[in-house]
Amino acid sequence: MAPIAEKLLHTDLAGPMTTEPFVIRRVVKETADTFTLDLESGDSSREFTFRPGQFNMLYVFGVGEVPISISGDPTKPAVLTHTTREVGAVTRGMRRLKPGDTLGVRGPYGTAWPVGEAEGSDVVVVAGGIGLAPLRPVVYHLLAHRQKYGKVVLLYGTRTPEDILFRKELERWRSRFDLETHLTVDRATGPWHGNVGVVTTLIARSPFDPQNTLAMVCGPEVMMRFTVLELERRGLDEKRIYLSMERNMKCGIGLCGHCQLGPRFVCKDGPVYRCDGIREVFSRREL
Amino acid sequence: MSEHPFFKGLNQGQIALLTGCASNVVFKPGQFVFREGEPADHFYFIREGKVQVETHIPQKGTVTIQTRSGGEVFGWSWLVPPYRWHFDARAVELTRALAMDGKCLRTKCEDDHHIGYEIMKRFLLVIAERLEATRLQLMDVYGHGSNS
Ligand SMILES: Cc1cc2nc3c(=O)[nH]c(=O)nc-3n(C[C@H](O)[C@H](O)[C@H](O)COP(=O)(O)OP(=O)(O)OC[C@H]3O[C@@H](n4cnc5c(N)ncnc54)[C@H](O)[C@@H]3O)c2cc1C
Ligand code: FES
Repeated sequence: MAPIAEKLLHTDLAGPMTTEPFVIRRVVKETADTFTLDLESGDSSREFTFRPGQFNMLYVFGVGEVPISISGDPTKPAVLTHTTREVGAVTRGMRRLKPGDTLGVRGPYGTAWPVGEAEGSDVVVVAGGIGLAPLRPVVYHLLAHRQKYGKVVLLYGTRTPEDILFRKELERWRSRFDLETHLTVDRATGPWHGNVGVVTTLIARSPFDPQNTLAMVCGPEVMMRFTVLELERRGLDEKRIYLSMERNMKCGIGLCGHCQLGPRFVCKDGPVYRCDGIREVFSRREL
Repeated sequence: MSEHPFFKGLNQGQIALLTGCASNVVFKPGQFVFREGEPADHFYFIREGKVQVETHIPQKGTVTIQTRSGGEVFGWSWLVPPYRWHFDARAVELTRALAMDGKCLRTKCEDDHHIGYEIMKRFLLVIAERLEATRLQLMDVYGHGSNS
């Protein structure tokens, strides 16, 4: 059985199912349907350590609980950041929260992106849509330890220019000489002069060395399937490609079976998987 | 030319044959590389710069379909009768390219089916990649209800 991505099953909180109240300090509207919350524990000495790629179960009191990846900076554990897209009841309830309101948090859960294994290699990060949120901590990590990596390339695709997340930060990243950032949109609207076309079209043009590159991919499953094919076409081995999977969750700790993906549970064996470990279940429908 | 992945696997003689059909071209920002409906007599290797492929939709105006940039091959209408461009292509920034004369190449492919087959195989890859990208674009995977 293929090894699983950097595995971390311990939880940072008191007990595996214990929800801790966090206060919302800042709400940032990212796009029409996505927003970022900065949270702080009521206990000022409390720091929230996590590894890039891990998620928390967030409880909107009186509405329900959902898994959301941590999108903040792992080197700044005083603030806990999540970026969410509003799709249904719980995420809608979350969007209505304001600074000063409280949210229940338990975690961090799940496996992490292989930032350790990537040391010494070129790194290509491929994000689609809100998939950039779980990958943002990777970018923070790579930039904080820049000398340990070869070329670092970030490829990001969204539906339209209005759907681009973290705009100001992306602008800053684009102007850095030690990070290659390329954006593309499926559909150009308004005065967009950037790339048009799906994110996979950026892979062929990227300057990484396929013999010595590790890829981290997050986005809708269809986008990830095509991205894997394109990375392989460039010469990457599937053992050097990692993906983050999503399934509906309830317990988040491997008890309830809601998030089953083939023989494993996404909440504890994922969400980050090495491609060869999930390939056969990844492209099957309705798992 | 011999370093471009498109030519990988061709021998020097074959590359020399193709080079006979090539010329250097430069497009200023905003300049059209070709227009929809015009005879498609060339294809291009972009050396540097960026070109967008566009079409005009009544009531909607000009819509960009895709962008091609340095290192990429674009334009395949020279291979498919009636050899007319299906879209407009316009340089977004100063673009330097190698223009390959399609008429000249078509003749060479007819005369030498071996080189013709090599060219076809390479263009089949270009066309398949475009088809795959277009399908993915049409799927609209980032919209509501997608799982990320
Ligand atoms: C490990 C993990 C990390 C995640 N990270 C993020 C994140 O960083 N940001 C973010 O916005 N979302 C993330 N999600 C997805 C998020 O959990 C769902 O959008 C949320 O649970 C929807 O809850 P809801 O009550 O608002 O909507 P619901 O009413 O439950 O669902 C609305 C729609 O979303 C679909 N849906 C719900 N949950 C999921 C899911 N887990 N996977 C696929 N489709 C789903 C439903 O089928 C339905 O179409 C993550 C999911 C997982 C499993
Ligand atoms: S969510 Fe319960 S087992 Fe994964």
